[in-house]
Amino acid sequence: MTVNLESMYQEIILDHYKNPHGRGLRDPFDAESFQVNPTCGDEVTLRVKVTDGKVSDVSYEGQGCSISQASTSVLTDLVTGHTVDEALTTMDAFVELMQGRGNIEPDEDVLEDGVAFAGVAKYPARVKCALLGWMAFKDALARTSNEVEA
Amino acid sequence: MTTTTANTTPLDVAAVRADFPILSRTVRDGKPLVYLDSGATSQRPVQVLDAERRFLETANAAVHRGAHQLAEEATDAYEDARAKIADFVGATPGELVFTKNATEGINLVAYAMGNAATDPGRAVASFAVGPGDEIVITEMEHHANLVPWQQLCQRTGATLRWFGVTEDGRLDLSNLDELITERTKVVAFAHQSNVLGTVNPVEPLVRKAHEVGALVLLDACQSVPHFPVDFTALGVDFAVFSGHKMLAPSGIGVLYGRRELLEAMPPFLTGGSMIELVRMEGSTFAPPPQKFEAGVPMTSQAVGLGAAVDYLNAIGMDRVAAHEHLLAERALTGLAEIPGVRIIGPPDTVDRGATVAFVVDGVHPHDAGQVLDSLGIAVRVGHHCAWPLHRSCGVPATVRATFYLYNELSEVDALVNGVREAQRFFGVA
Repeated sequence: MTVNLESMYQEIILDHYKNPHGRGLRDPFDAESFQVNPTCGDEVTLRVKVTDGKVSDVSYEGQGCSISQASTSVLTDLVTGHTVDEALTTMDAFVELMQGRGNIEPDEDVLEDGVAFAGVAKYPARVKCALLGWMAFKDALARTSNEVEA
Repeated sequence: MTTTTANTTPLDVAAVRADFPILSRTVRDGKPLVYLDSGATSQRPVQVLDAERRFLETANAAVHRGAHQLAEEATDAYEDARAKIADFVGATPGELVFTKNATEGINLVAYAMGNAATDPGRAVASFAVGPGDEIVITEMEHHANLVPWQQLCQRTGATLRWFGVTEDGRLDLSNLDELITERTKVVAFAHQSNVLGTVNPVEPLVRKAHEVGALVLLDACQSVPHFPVDFTALGVDFAVFSGHKMLAPSGIGVLYGRRELLEAMPPFLTGGSMIELVRMEGSTFAPPPQKFEAGVPMTSQAVGLGAAVDYLNAIGMDRVAAHEHLLAERALTGLAEIPGVRIIGPPDTVDRGATVAFVVDGVHPHDAGQVLDSLGIAVRVGHHCAWPLHRSCGVPATVRATFYLYNELSEVDALVNGVREAQRFFGVA
């Protein structure tokens, strides 16, 4: 197997793919987002529950490739239990990593298992896969705050 | 140019490959390129590249305007290409409209029909579409032959209906008489599915459509490049295909329309080139095909498509088809032997082209495609612009290998081995 392939499919990614964390849709939740990757048809439905300014639960289901599924699994680990601000900072770091064409050194303190996706950033066609769940999280979170304000 | 359609000697693939410089490059750390994505876009031989370059270096000018020598030569080159391409598909030059691509050709017809509906003063009864009218397509259509009709229905109040697909990937014509009725205005369908590889039966659909006075549009994007096609013999009213899927440049497509239909049909895009007489109070239009070619058209691309037709004629479309038949057979057999691989489409080569879509249990198509890419094998993954078809087949996406005249049997074997490698990598074999 080639070096390239292994740089993309890190063990951490394959582990999350085979044993996803936080999978399944749960109640209660404040907002839900459905996102789809129109080029391949991959989709995710993701729910967010915010309690006292903290992301208290992220639950999801969907279908997609190992990258999109693993990245959503990592997302739940990274944001659950953190304040909304912290979650958004983490999201920004992950998005920056994915859009960096492989030229960004990820901060493991911030991204934890998310650093495994650094290799994916070298494949432009797969970046959307890695961001699918995160876009759903961003959208759901925005709906949450809208509802809180309203 | 010699027409060798009767030549049944097998294709000399090595000689063909020598004409395609890109096929000798390597990808992903020195892997020889195995290009199995010609259904998305084909590669171009030096003969086509040279023809384009020669035209641009010696005769480039805006066609159908200007009286200088270059303008004459450019117009001749453009119209010679049209004549050659028309002959290639059994049509006359006046029946062949150049468009940007096949998608534009279908939109041209759909919008012309919409224009006829909103302009009763000039409307031709057979084109006007409105409430109570029906447009019939199939569930296996590429989005290009689906969304424009959906949109036409939304704009005009007409109703979209469609044929389903059987479990083995064939068009389900069991309800032919229920679907195509006196209300039907257009029947639009793919000659060959861009996912399943199925070659659809044109004759019964044309017969039924014409029986009720409906027009037939054939999406020939995946047929004209791969086997001999004669639009006149098929009896279709309209047909479209794209240059870039048949060894020619992108940015050039073809709409075929029966002469009397093109004469009666209102224009789609309007402006320069397509007029007969323009006054501030109103305009009249040029005869077809110019009526449908507003603006300065793509010229070197048309010349390139003409050269591609020369290239294919010199080889012979029968030989191209026979070679692809061998490739399809090898691929279907090889993939069927792998446990956990399911072909999406007819399992045999009867009425079927060399487009092979499949899924691998436990390996998402994107991931399978990534493993293949790492081995230098270029396939398409996803829904291939046929999302409803994938839904009806119960899969979100597929891996699709598409073959052309320059592919070797050893490349089929590379694909089959690559799929096994993907299974190993993801621990499902």
